[in-house]
Parts: sequence; C-alpha cells; structure tokens
Amino acid sequence: MKTIVKITTIILLVLTVTAFTQTNTGLDIALEAEKVDNGWGSLSNKLTMTLTNRNGQETTRQIHGYFLEVEGDGDKAMTIFDTPKDVKGTASMTFTHKIGDDDQWLYLPSIKRVKRISSSNKSGPFMGSEFAFEDISSQEVEKYTYKYIAEEKANGEDCYKVGRYPVSKNSGYKRNIVWFNKSNYRIEKIEFYDRKDELLKTLTYSNYQQYLSKYWRASTMKMVNHQNGKETLLDFSEITFGIGLTDDDFSQNALKRAR
Amino acid sequence: MSNGRFLVWLVLVPLIFPYKTCAAQTFGDTQLRFEFSGNVRGDYRYFPDDALYPGQHQAYFSALFQPEIYLEWNRGKQFMQFTGFVRLDQYDSERTHADIRELYWLTIFKNWELSVGVKKIFWGVTESNHLVDIINQADVLEGIDLEQKLGQLMIHVSWSLKWGAIDLFAMTYFRQMKFPGREGRLRPPFELDYANTTYESELEEYNPDLAIRWSHSFSAFDIGISHFYGTSRLPLFQTTNGITFSPHYELINQTGIDIQVISGSMLWKAEIIYRQSKRKTITAFTVGGEYTFNNLFYSGIDLGLILEYNFDDRGIESINSLDDDFFFGTRIAVNDRQSTDLLGGIIIDRENQTLRYFVEANRRLGDSWKISIEAVGFSNIDPSEFLYLIRNDSYAQISLAKYF
Repeated sequence: MKTIVKITTIILLVLTVTAFTQTNTGLDIALEAEKVDNGWGSLSNKLTMTLTNRNGQETTRQIHGYFLEVEGDGDKAMTIFDTPKDVKGTASMTFTHKIGDDDQWLYLPSIKRVKRISSSNKSGPFMGSEFAFEDISSQEVEKYTYKYIAEEKANGEDCYKVGRYPVSKNSGYKRNIVWFNKSNYRIEKIEFYDRKDELLKTLTYSNYQQYLSKYWRASTMKMVNHQNGKETLLDFSEITFGIGLTDDDFSQNALKRAR
Repeated sequence: MSNGRFLVWLVLVPLIFPYKTCAAQTFGDTQLRFEFSGNVRGDYRYFPDDALYPGQHQAYFSALFQPEIYLEWNRGKQFMQFTGFVRLDQYDSERTHADIRELYWLTIFKNWELSVGVKKIFWGVTESNHLVDIINQADVLEGIDLEQKLGQLMIHVSWSLKWGAIDLFAMTYFRQMKFPGREGRLRPPFELDYANTTYESELEEYNPDLAIRWSHSFSAFDIGISHFYGTSRLPLFQTTNGITFSPHYELINQTGIDIQVISGSMLWKAEIIYRQSKRKTITAFTVGGEYTFNNLFYSGIDLGLILEYNFDDRGIESINSLDDDFFFGTRIAVNDRQSTDLLGGIIIDRENQTLRYFVEANRRLGDSWKISIEAVGFSNIDPSEFLYLIRNDSYAQISLAKYF
C-alpha cells in the first residue's frame, strides 16, 4: 500500500514538473519576449499614420522619432510631428518607467514652451487616432499581470495566446489578449477589451523585418475600432538601429531643438 | 502700395508658393537639410463698444505672415533658424509692424550648446501670468496678454548636466515696448513719443543685459531659478505736457523661481519674482494648479480646470494689473482629427471685482487650414486699474490661417 502511494506521488510530481516546463506561464512568455529584444540600443524611425473614419475618408499625419533603451528601466522616446503643418515641430519626450508613472513633456514651438504632461492620461486618443497613449508607449512587462490561455494561430503563425491585465487604474482596458509568435516571441495581434470587458479594438502587426539579425520590427500596424468603425494604420519606414543615441539626446534642450 | 492692396497680396501668398518649398532636402554628401514653412493668417476683429478716443474704429481687418527657414548641416549638430513676422493692420499704422522673431545659429557639442543671434526664450509654468519670463520684450501690439514676444539679440550657452541645465545669456540691443497707434484700439489715451525714450543705463538700448538660469526636471518636479541683470522690459511713462508721454526704462536685478509638481492628473504651479531697481523693490507671485479630467466618459475629450492667484506689490503700476487677482480657467481638448480645442477663463480682482474674461478656440480645416475664434471682454473695470484706459475695448475676432 505504502509503495503504491509513493509511486503515485512520484508520478504526480513528474507530471507536474513536465506540465510546468511544457506550458510557460503568461509572465514567462512576456519576459521571454522582453529578453529576446534586449540590447537594441537606440533607433530612429519615420511614421505615416492614416486615419480612416466610418465613411472611408482618410487623413494622414507624419511623425518621426528617436528611441533609447535604458538598462533596468523603461525606454526613452522623442516623437516629433511633421504634419499636419500647423503642429509641425511639436515634440513630445517620454521617459517610461517600469514601476510608477512615466515622465512626459511636450514642446510647443510657437511659444517656445515645454509643458509637463500628466502621464495618468493613458486611455485618451493619440492625435485623434484609434491608438490610445497606452498603446503607443513602451510596453514594459511590469505594466501588466499575465495569464496564459492557449496555443493558437494568428496571422498564419503559431502563437502563444496570453491574457494581460493592466496594473494601472488609469488604463482604459480591463484586459488585452496578446498573440506572441512561438518561434521568436514577436507580437502578431492584440485584442483590447474595454472596462466593461467588451471587445473594443484589434491591433494587427504585419510586414515584420529583422534588424541586426536579431530584432524584429513590424512595418505595419493596423488598429480597428469595432465599436466606432474607425481605423488607424501605422506605416513605419527608415527604421534605423545603432544610431548611437545617449541620455544627452533626451534632455530638455534636445526636446527644444528636436526637428 | 496701400495697406488694402498689400493685404490682398499677402493673403495670396500661400497660393503662390509652390508646395515643394516646405520639403526637407538632402544634397548628396553635404548633409544639408533645408526647410521652408510658415503660415499666413487673416483676422477680422470687431469691437462692439463705442471708441473712447478719437480716430479709433469699430472693426479691423488685419493679416499676419510668419515665414520660417531652417537650415541644418553637420548631421544636425549645427543649424540656422529664421522666423519672420509681418502684421498688416487696416487702420493702425503702429500695429502694422514687422519683426525678426528668430535668426540664430546654433551648434551642439556633446552636452552643451551655443547659439548666437536673435532668439525667443520662455521660462515659467503658470498660465495667467508669466512673471519669471523676462528675456524677450512683449509684443503688446499682438496682444495685451503679453504672450507674444519680440526677438532678442543674444549669445546663449546651455549645459545639460546630471543635476539640471545651466543657461547663460548675454544680451544687447534692447527692444522697446510698442503700443497701438492713434487709429488702433487697446491703447492708452495719450501719445507715446518713442524718440525721447530714456534709459537708466548710459549705454541706453546697447546696455549689456545678463541672465543665468538653473533648471531641473526630476521625478515629479520641474524647478527653475533665474537671475537677470539689465534693462527692465517694462516701461515707466514720463510727461512734461500731460499730452505726450515718453517711456523710461530702469536697470533692474530680478531673481525668479518657478516650480511645478505633478501628482497624477494634478499640476501644482508657482512662480515668484523679487525685483530691485534704484527706485523700488518689488515682490510678485502666481500660485495655483491645473487638474485634468482625461478622456472624459471615454469620449476622448480632456477637460482641464485651472485656478491661479496673482499677487504683485507694484499694485496698479503692474502693466497687466494682475496685482491681487484670481484666475479661473478651463481648457478643453477634443482630441479629434481636427484637433479642436478651447481655452477660456475669467480674471477677477479680489478687492475691486474688476473683471476680464477671454475665450479662444481653434479647429483645423482639412490638412493645412485652421480657423480660430477669440473673444476678450472687460466689465466692471475700476478707475484705479490700468485696464480702465481700455475698458471699452472688449472684442471678438475670427481668424483663418493657411499653413505651408
């Protein structure tokens, strides 16, 4: 009798261990995705944002940006608006933090004034688009808790389907569902559920390209809002890694002269 | 050319300029980047109340032209910036004026930068008053809110360090504050004689003005401490006959502190100045805050509420009469694709209840046009206030601007 119990315990233990190694937890997947993207350093890019309303009318905006990876904390970002022409030269600088509020400043060139922006505005729209500020800011692992759901295909790729839950009370979402590509941990798709847990938006990543033989970046991101029928398309170009940016490129002075 | 014909010509400017002029261009290996941009605007301003002084009108057309040239080389480590300004007013010959807002060369070394030329510098955090901001003269012809500034000739050095930024300024060629002319509204009743302006400095407008500022942004704080020595930007007025007044500019030492603290959706703000001249020592401050309700009911709309209190022991001598005044304001950003926004507020004197109010709203039309409305009102103006001289000059304005 005693032997049977022992054998059962051992079998159960073995099963548990196997199960644990085979199925990552959601957090493990998010951490792995962060790990494979470590060391990208700095980059610049250009962005064309196309807003489409329910009637199919399109408006475009041009933006370019500089980004710096920060060891042990969130990234630094500088975003400069090129069009519409009336906001040309307006620039925003964001220091993302893994824990706590991000720091954000906006430079208004017509009055030469740097304004501090409340980072508690996470759910508001970015430049009249379907992207909320929290969608375009640096996606730090610590900003969510995770729950593994299943393996599932997205964009024709084998993916881990993971639920993530925003830590911040200011988030506009109850949860997101993220599809991480199984082979390289890049994100293929995200579904955003509003505070009432109704599907609000779907973001699809496409035209991935690999840089420095390591880092994957999507050239196209398409956000569809299911509740208002509007869409926003982001087309990235001139994604350039290894441009050697330092903290000096993210000072108040740098923000004022950003072009 | 008459003003009217000139106006028509100016409004046609955006249609004449080819669209390619605003494109950035790189010329082979030289890494030269050139941009030409700017805007042209037409304003219609209507004053419903009868004019107080002879020669003034009820309604004014005016036009504004602001070209910008940016030239960059050495991979952005050096650039030249030019911003021009031309205002043409239908009646007011003084308000018809041109200015070089910016014309400077800037070079960047690792963590410091040097610029030489005409620049615009803004210091401060509060909304209703900009006490600490002292580098540039205000362009009062463009607005009695002192928000618009004239270009200032300077050498400016700025270091970005771990513990903040240090900025040094050496300035000369002082710019006088100019007021609307005989046919303009929003002016004092007396004539101003700029030819007989006097200065405390023997070097007059060529006095070298100096300024230093330390500023730092860390965690929830933005702090600046500054000191200015030189010719005061604010004039005193002197007269021998009671009809013609000429400005006098003193030499001053002014120390300023500006602090902003962010806590969630709340911004706490304070500015304080301590100013000494041979004649007088003054203290003034503005304190308050701004709370923003972001994404109101998930509509995308941001609603900000602003409350500030202004104190100035100059009393009625303070040019904008913010001597003991509360400011209640609201800021609405619709965050739609046309970037519709609105800013409105009232300023009320605590002692005599002198009231002024304003509202301004903007909306983009298409990709490159913008329509704006603005209204400024005065009521219950106490005769002791400087504003009493313009008590009948409440106005509404509609503007259409083309950006290129």
